[in-house]
Amino acid sequence: MALTPNDVSRIAHLARLEIDTPQQAAMLSQLNGFFAIVEQMSAVDTRGVEPLYTPLSALQSVELRLREDRVTEVVDRPANQRSAPAVHEGLFLVPKVIE
Amino acid sequence: MGVAQAARLLAQGQVSSVELTAAFLSRCRAHESLGAFLHLDADGAIEQARAADARRAQAAPAGLLGALNGVPIAHKDIFVTQDAPTTAGSRMLQGYRSPFDATVVARLKAAGAVSLGKLNCDEFAMGSANENSAYFPAKNPWDTTRVPGGSSGGSATAVAAGLVAGCTGTDTGGSIRQPASFTGITGIKPTYGVCSRYGMIAFASSLDQAGPMARSAEDCALMLSAMAGFDERDSTSAHRASVDYTAEMRRSREGATAAQPLRGLRIGLPQEFFPAALADDVNGAVRAALAELEKLGATLVEVSLPRTELSIPVYYIIAPAEASSNLSRFDGVKFGHRASNYADLLDMYKKTRAEGFGAEVKRRIMIGTYVLSHGYYDAYYLQAQKLRRMIADDFQQCFTQCDVIAGPVAPTVAWKLGSGSDDPVQAYLADIFTLPASLAGLPGMSVPAGFGENGMPVGLQLIGNYFGEGVLLHAAHALQQATDFHLQTPEALR
Repeated sequence: MALTPNDVSRIAHLARLEIDTPQQAAMLSQLNGFFAIVEQMSAVDTRGVEPLYTPLSALQSVELRLREDRVTEVVDRPANQRSAPAVHEGLFLVPKVIE
Repeated sequence: MGVAQAARLLAQGQVSSVELTAAFLSRCRAHESLGAFLHLDADGAIEQARAADARRAQAAPAGLLGALNGVPIAHKDIFVTQDAPTTAGSRMLQGYRSPFDATVVARLKAAGAVSLGKLNCDEFAMGSANENSAYFPAKNPWDTTRVPGGSSGGSATAVAAGLVAGCTGTDTGGSIRQPASFTGITGIKPTYGVCSRYGMIAFASSLDQAGPMARSAEDCALMLSAMAGFDERDSTSAHRASVDYTAEMRRSREGATAAQPLRGLRIGLPQEFFPAALADDVNGAVRAALAELEKLGATLVEVSLPRTELSIPVYYIIAPAEASSNLSRFDGVKFGHRASNYADLLDMYKKTRAEGFGAEVKRRIMIGTYVLSHGYYDAYYLQAQKLRRMIADDFQQCFTQCDVIAGPVAPTVAWKLGSGSDDPVQAYLADIFTLPASLAGLPGMSVPAGFGENGMPVGLQLIGNYFGEGVLLHAAHALQQATDFHLQTPEALR
């Protein structure tokens, strides 16, 4: 099952990537090339197999740790905002979203 | 000069850290054209070296000094650093300054290491040749018309050219092992969870793992002892007591003799790691290294990893899926690049990401977004995670017959810069031997095994069971006591 140009624009939108028309054609053929090697996966019978989302769970039971509820970090706003493209009085600036 | 040798000379007072650091810095400048560094911090390094010398002068009892006090290293530019810029090899993070140090960086600092700067890598660690760096490619010191491998290409180049004593790398699908193999150095990717991922810019969180890249197993053991350990800031950090990897490396096996330090060690050779498509020169060097290990007392047994080939699509589903999620943080708001012209917020996101990310990163974000999207999740992502379990089970089956698995790291030696095909899938196929251990979360190592065509280095891959880093380091160390492949330097750099 090959992807169509429509699929490419839909995925690009979901991924928040602007891809112009000539790039779309290249992306389409590359993605289809990739999914051709993925097809061999679907032939394997995996019924009853537990997915391995995190590798150490193959060895031991993995649980999300909880930590004590105490203040451990100091917020250094100027340091945290040092690399932001646009800030004003300690706030991150974005284009207007509410009229 | 490697990490262990530098540490010894410093401890004996034969050289000061300032002298050593200045010497490495002048090599870095002399070989700038290799493209190993994205940021060389000469002033900062000398300052750190001065502090290291002062610590040594004050702390007369050696026990109080970090094991790496004054040793010049550098970090792959995927680790965030407070004192130097961090780009992840991407335009997206040009000029980015982190408010904190990655845990691995902080630990090496605490051990006294001096950081010379940040090393080149493929953008967000996505690539196998360092040609996906948004800045410039790193070059292989053995032949500067060839790639050093990737994604930790700058790291490999820096060690092979003697620009640093050792350095950090990261490995998601082979990014420590393959460049180590291509440049004739030693590198180990520990078991998933051994090194903290805190402050390591995330590519694929269930696969990413940091590790040392250096000249020898001894160097790697020293660095890994400093880098590893539980970190409450990483939710997947393995909760274990700290390990002295140098002691593990030296611990003699039961029944071992001086001539046969590896007696009783069973090395499994997966038949799938020696396919017809394996280049003759790589096969020859790997077989010769295996024969050497046999001489040292190891026995070779045939094993099978039947889903080796399937690990390619499985990895290239899972890693991009996780990447598409991780890279969604680059939105032009909190840090990094923002497009200068846009119509509204959505347009700002799209243009920012279109301008900030390179072609390979975009491709993987597209693949990841697709396989996680409604209607495709079960067929691709879930199926891949189930196959991942089967691949991990295959390894456990092998480990009932052997203690360590061995094979080549890559199907060929380093290829020519710019010779990569336009078809990205061809590059993915070359990762076949490193992906299985990554998917299972097992430790893997590349050990210099000699040279192939055109004098290019070949690495032997050793894969251990979970937390079996000590066994890998022990075997690699034994091999390096009997061979001198890891001591070779390219002629132009002697």
